Parts: sequence; C-alpha cells; structure tokens
Amino acid sequence: MLKIKDLYAGLEGKDILQGINLEVKAGEVHAIMGPNGSGKSTLASVIAGKEEFDVTRGYITFENQDISELDPEERAHKGIFLSFQYPVEIPGVSVTNFIKTAINETRKSKKLDNMPAAEMLKMIKEKADMLEIDRKFLSRSLNEGFSGGEKKRNEIFQLAMLEPKLAILDETDSGLDIDALKVVANGVNKLRSEDNAIVVITHYQRLLDHIVPDFVHVLMNGKIVKSGTKELAYELEEKGYDWIKEELV
Amino acid sequence: MSFKDKLLSSYIALEDYLEFDSPLHDVRSNAIKIFEEKGFPTKKEEDWKYTSLNSLLKPDYSVFSNKEKHVELQDVRKYFLHEIDTYKLVFVDGVYSSFLSETTHDTLDVCLMSAAMNKSKYKPVIEAYFNKVAKSDSLTALNTAFTKEGAYIHIPAHKEVEKPIEIINFSTGNEAAMFLQPRNLIVVGENAHVQIIERHQSLSSNAVLTNSVTEIFAEKRAYVDYYKIQNDVETASLIDNTYISQERDTVCRVHTFSFGGNLVRNNLNYYQNGEHCDSTLKGITILKGKQHVDHNTLVHHKSPNCESHQDYKGLYGESSIGVFNGKILVDKDAQKIDAYQQNDNILIDDKATINAKPQLEIFADDVKCSHGCTIGQFDEDALFYLRSRGIGIKEARALLMYAFANTVLESVKIPELKVRINKLIANKIGVSLGFEH
Repeated sequence: MLKIKDLYAGLEGKDILQGINLEVKAGEVHAIMGPNGSGKSTLASVIAGKEEFDVTRGYITFENQDISELDPEERAHKGIFLSFQYPVEIPGVSVTNFIKTAINETRKSKKLDNMPAAEMLKMIKEKADMLEIDRKFLSRSLNEGFSGGEKKRNEIFQLAMLEPKLAILDETDSGLDIDALKVVANGVNKLRSEDNAIVVITHYQRLLDHIVPDFVHVLMNGKIVKSGTKELAYELEEKGYDWIKEELV
Repeated sequence: MSFKDKLLSSYIALEDYLEFDSPLHDVRSNAIKIFEEKGFPTKKEEDWKYTSLNSLLKPDYSVFSNKEKHVELQDVRKYFLHEIDTYKLVFVDGVYSSFLSETTHDTLDVCLMSAAMNKSKYKPVIEAYFNKVAKSDSLTALNTAFTKEGAYIHIPAHKEVEKPIEIINFSTGNEAAMFLQPRNLIVVGENAHVQIIERHQSLSSNAVLTNSVTEIFAEKRAYVDYYKIQNDVETASLIDNTYISQERDTVCRVHTFSFGGNLVRNNLNYYQNGEHCDSTLKGITILKGKQHVDHNTLVHHKSPNCESHQDYKGLYGESSIGVFNGKILVDKDAQKIDAYQQNDNILIDDKATINAKPQLEIFADDVKCSHGCTIGQFDEDALFYLRSRGIGIKEARALLMYAFANTVLESVKIPELKVRINKLIANKIGVSLGFEH
C-alpha cells in the first residue's frame, strides 16, 4: 500500500529524514518509535504532504502511484489520513460543519454528490457514540479550548468518519489518560481490516498494548535503524534507546 | 460651482421654508456656519489621513429630490429582515414612505423626524435631546443644518420593544446623482429595551452619497442593541456619524457589517456619562475591488466602573482598502474602567491595504486597558490541517475566512439577522462550503 524508498526530506536545505525505507501492506499495523527529534513527526507530515518540507531524494508511492508531487488534499482523497500531534484550533467552525465539509469535498473529488443529510447525521451519531463523544461537543468550535485528550479524541472521530485506507497516528496517546486511551484504541481497532493499514507513531509502548503492531521500527537521526516485532517495543520500554545507539557503533 | 458652494446656496433656499422663531433655527444657522468655515474634511486632518472624499465630491448631486418615485414592495422585500416581525421606517430618496413602513403601535413613538420637529407634543424631547451629543465637526454640522427627515424613536421608560425596528433608506436613482442626509434621533427611556437595524440601499447604479447622523440617548438602565448593514452597490457611498450618550447602568451595542458600497466611513462615538456603563462595538468588514471602508471609533470613558469592548475583523481582497482608527479616551475620574480593543485583519491579495491605528489616551491611574491589532495572511498550519482532511485549498481558505469573520456573529442577538449575515458572509467569500449555515 505505502512504499517509501530512500527518502531524504527536510527544511531549508537541511535534511531531517536521511534515507527512510519502509513498506506498509494492507492489513498491517506498524509502529514507529524513537527519541525526541528523531524525525517521527516529519515523516508523518511528509507522507501527508506538508508543503514546507522539501523532498530532496527518494520517493513515496501509495497503491503503486508516486504521490510525492500531490497536494495534501489529493493524498487525503486517495485515503491517507494523518491524526495530528497538535491539532489546530479553528474558532468559528463547528466540529460537525468541518467534518461535513471534509466528507463532501472528498466525495466531490470522486464525482459523487454530497452525502444525504440524514445519512450524515446517522454516521455522526454512530461514530460519536463509539468514541463516547458527547453530542454537545460536536457543535463546539473545532479544537478551540479542547483539552489535550478532547483534541485527540476528535482526531480519531474524524478518522472514523473519513474511513481512510492508511491512518497515521502521530503521538495520539499523548494527553490521554488510561480510560481515554482505551476508548481511542478501541475506536482505532474497530477500523482495522484486511484493506487498510495503520502507522502508529509513539514514544511509549503504552498505546501498543491496545493497538497491537505487526512491526515495530526504531527511528533515529532520520533513519530507521532497527525493525522488529512487538517484542521490540517492550525492549525499548525497558531499556530505552541507548543500547541501540551502542549497537550501531 | 463646487459642491460646498452648492450646499451653501441650497441652505439659503431651504431657509425660506423654515420657521424663523423655532429654537431649532439657531441650531441650524450655527451649524451651517461651522460647515462654511471648515468645509469638507481633507487628508490633512489627522482623522482623515487615510480616507479622501475628493472623488466623492465631484458629481453634481441633487440636494433635494425633485420627483417622487414609487417603489414596489416586491422589489425591495429582500432588504427587509422580516415582513411582519419588525417595525419599519422606510425612506425613499430621503422621503418617508408610509406605504412600505410598518409603525403600528400604541405605546412607543416610532415616527418621523419631520413630524417630531413640527408637533408641539414632541417639542420637549426635541429641545432636550436634538443635537445634544452630536459633535460639531463639519460633516455632522452639515447634516444638522439640513435636518429634514429621518427616524424619530422614543421608547418610554420600562418599555421592552417586542420587535426589532428597521430603519431603511432606499435611493431609486431618480436623480443622476443624489446627496442624502438622514437624521435619526433615538431616545431610550429608563430601563427600556430596543433593537434597531439600519440599512442604506441604492436601487440603481446612479451615484449616491449619504451623510447620515444618528443620535442615541440611553437613559439609566436602558438597553440598546443596534445593527448596521452596509452592503450597498458600488456606486453608493456612506458617511455614517453615530453618537451614543449613555447614562448609568446602560448597555449599548453596535454591530457594523461592512460588505459593500464604494466608500464607507463610520464615525462611531460613545460617551459614558454614568457609572457601570457597558459599550460594545463590533464589526466585520469584507471587501474586494476598490472598496474602501474606514472605521473611526471613539469610546470616551467619562465615569468610573465602566466597560467597553471593541472587536473589529476585516478581510481585504483585491485592491480594497481598510482603515481602523480606534480611540479610547479615559478621563482622570474614570477609575476602575475596563477597556478592551481588538482589531484583526487578513489581507487576501497583495494589493489590498489596511491602515490600523489604535489610540489610547489615559488620564486615570487605576484602569485596565488592553488593545491588540493583527495584520496577517492565512495560518499555514491551519490550511494544512484542513487540506489533510481532503478540503481543497480554495475551500480551505474560504473556510478559514468564514471562521475568522464568524466569531463576531456570536454576539448577534437577533437569530434571523444572524442567519442572514452568516449567509451574506458565505456569499461574499464566494465559495459554497457544502454545509448549511
């Protein structure tokens, strides 16, 4: 589904990602772990198409199509979704109006008519219930004054509404208490299927107890330096990252 | 003959119709002297630095409408907020239209300036309030000299007016170029409540210049909620001079929606005469083409323990020009006041301009005054966030503009008006957002 080949990318002439290779197949869950500043969020942003990052080498394909030159909205239309580490506050637009616009814009790109209002409402209710989101919450301005946990829950609500093929969860666990974490993880797990894939970016193994990965990768200094199965995550939790550094030397 | 000379000779013609023994006659003749002396303001004056009236003064305006033109309800219906649920004072080319108006009521005076000035019943009110808060700058004085018609609204004490009052000034293009000077006097009695919507609308593409003066007096504990809708055609210009005099424990709110017209200048002045006054001034300005809107506000804190809240937002496209000049004046005795001013602007295109100038003059030592002014383009992170959800760049920009303007609407207290303005904003921004408003 997603192939990243020898990817170098960065800001203002300085590469943060230094030769990333990664393949994610349909039905898989990958976890990317690594210390602060290793390039995890940059990787997520580059896959989603944030324009301030320049790709200097390598390429990204999604379903066998090179997406390196596509706009963020075109990538979203193809089924790529990024759950933000820091969702942006947008006063003046309600969560509901935002998600309606997003869904209908995506449908428009596929030459489909707007989703009928009744169907939309039913879907909103269903997904909000699944994530234990209060209906009042949906009429509030997008992310404005939301707690850290509410913001993350709102990201997963959008994920559930948009039903992407590839979901990238960037530090979705930060700001969540253990109960909220379970609700969110449960929501993500309900979306798992043979046809879609998930990339979980996290510092801690905690989230991976609930969203169990098939593969774990360690990102350091812009490179994937070690890959393994879920056991690697436990090892990292226990021993930190220093032993990998030593191993590399 | 310059427009100024034309006005001066028109005044002499007008005087023939006036009663010389009326006390108002002195007010008028003093006013015309001020205008004669000062003339129209120029860019040399600090308050007019960014706005020139030169091009507006060129057409050969008719000062009095010579012919009357009938306007059909079906042609102007869309400009009314509601057909039944509002009182209406409608003027066509400066003349009252009883046909389009709706003033049926028993307990409040919603009528005409001309009637109020000529009937003895209204004399005490006119003498007590007329021209008492208006400044004596040249444009206000010009209006005062020519005072002939406008809205006269007197809400008696403890009366809560159940429907909003609409004041609508239509111009039909009957004359090649028309100069209009409506004069409104609004007196809101003790503990009375009123909501007013004011609109100026040209029905043709002939030139119109309106120099409007509105005086509002809020007696103690009164509540005044005032909305100005400025969405006129591109050949119509407006100079709006509004003066608000607040007694103790009053709330006066003015929302100004500036979406259209050629040149609009808003002179909005508040005077807090008693303690615990609350003044709110909010505005949304959305311009394109070569439109020019200038907001000139004054809040004069004359008494202690009062508040003022200003929040103006502007979106400037193409080569439009915006001006925000907000002055807060705090007298020595006006301790413990809380004055807040915020002015946020987004320049959509490279050629658009905003001139923003906050002015704070504080003579008291125990006050809370804050002001902020931002001029920016779009927040790139917000754009990326929207785009990553599949919203195209054009729609994402539109959504951000809509969101930016929309926050001012939260304080609009007439639900129907809120919906109407909301649609106007979406329409001005020019993109269907795929959701109901």
